[in-house]
Amino acid sequence: MQNSKPEKLKQTLTGYIAQAVYPVVFLGEVFSAKPRLARRKRELLYYLDLCGVKSLPVVIIISLLMGSIIAMQGILQMRKVGAEIFIVDLVGFAVLKEFGPLMVAMISTGRAGSAFAAEIGTMKVNEEIYALQTMGVNPYSYLVYPKLAAMLVAIPVLTVFGDAFSILGGMILSTSACDITPAAYWARSTAVLNGTVFMLGIIKSAVFGVLITLAGCCCGFSAEGNAQGVGRGATQAVVASIFLVVIADAVMTLLFTFIGY
Amino acid sequence: MRNKIIEVTQLDIGYDNTPILCDLDFDVYEGEILFILGNSGCGKSTLLKHLTGLYQPLRGDIKLRNKSIVNASGQEKNELYKSFGVTYQGGALLGSLTVAENVAFPLEEHTSLTQDEIDSIVEEKLSLVDLTGFGNLMPSELSGGMKKRAGLARALALSPDLLFFDEPSAGLDPLSSSALDRLILDIRSKINATVVVVSHELDSIFSIADRIIMLDKERKGIVAEGEPHDLRANSSDSWVRNFLNRNNMR
Repeated sequence: MQNSKPEKLKQTLTGYIAQAVYPVVFLGEVFSAKPRLARRKRELLYYLDLCGVKSLPVVIIISLLMGSIIAMQGILQMRKVGAEIFIVDLVGFAVLKEFGPLMVAMISTGRAGSAFAAEIGTMKVNEEIYALQTMGVNPYSYLVYPKLAAMLVAIPVLTVFGDAFSILGGMILSTSACDITPAAYWARSTAVLNGTVFMLGIIKSAVFGVLITLAGCCCGFSAEGNAQGVGRGATQAVVASIFLVVIADAVMTLLFTFIGY
Repeated sequence: MRNKIIEVTQLDIGYDNTPILCDLDFDVYEGEILFILGNSGCGKSTLLKHLTGLYQPLRGDIKLRNKSIVNASGQEKNELYKSFGVTYQGGALLGSLTVAENVAFPLEEHTSLTQDEIDSIVEEKLSLVDLTGFGNLMPSELSGGMKKRAGLARALALSPDLLFFDEPSAGLDPLSSSALDRLILDIRSKINATVVVVSHELDSIFSIADRIIMLDKERKGIVAEGEPHDLRANSSDSWVRNFLNRNNMR
């Protein structure tokens, strides 16, 4: 029997509402599940390797280039007023407070966030989620918490590497293009940058890690049980993660500035 | 009198408040092999998901050994889950674990056995499904039939006496399918398990089923229940006779 127009409209609206409400349902399921991380060492190591170790080369390369790009743009402007030494400040603050954590978050969104969504979506297609449930294992606990724990460790550590290599990139470019020696660059860096600035970036990176994981897992769990559904879930995970990371970055930047950092 | 392992009463199942099967009433008895069959899309697999507590029915109750799985709390459901095993169409093995790790998984989750004890149970279960020596392979390295057998080994890990199979013969060649039938019979006799199978493979039904329940999509319910040979010969419903004779299927 064919559905009438009001019936179709009702179904469409119900579908949209269900989709809009799902993240809340998902968060409820996750936070009501027991993490049981002591039993999940194998999974934790797997995700540390996937999100941390395997992401390191690309983080290093991109951070090195990012540092050089910031330095290059800075030199072009600072040279006009003869203040090239302030390149060090620009690169240091921009990298530690913003671009270091943000670049690592973007790389992790592409690598880990989409992988989480695709993995969980595929498990749905293969009925592995049902299998977990009928084995008496909470799928939210088994599938979300190891990823969350791994990302909470991996992203801040990657950010440390990202920060270091971005500053190195800035230093290489500045010392080649200006009359700044590596020693002067280092001395200026240690004079203007401090632990608080560094920690602000690390806090941001941890928040980004949580958001990327939850967005990726949520999109995986809400993916339709077919190949197209998995593809759409992975795409949505990337879009949602980037959106959430940028919003969170803006909010935290305003908050840190407001409280005097 | 035989013990009832599963009691289904006045069950309506469906999606989004739209029923696909209504007023289901049937029992499953201890030690029997019951097949649930019907035309494609009639809701066989959906019914199995209700029997295993994965879906909530629209109405009615399902009792496993006198305990309602419909009204069970999360903790009660987890206890019920330990008492039965489920094998899925494609095996549903966890792709990131080896075959042996998959079989060990329920034991690691629900028992406090030592690693040596778990390894020995895993060996035993793998040998029961004729997969000795394949424990170190990843699920992606197995054939379809091997995946189903590995899934069965995992379902047997906690030594349940109630097993559910969702389309065990789907995608298998006739020889593998009949080997799996023999395996189900073998396991039933070895552990005296009660077995519920969702399938429409008539060869399997006539070789191993003690009793069948037939569902029809059009009539949204059970249209026949009984011993398969008897229903094929004597059912008063011509659709049932035709289905079981593989003629004039809808």
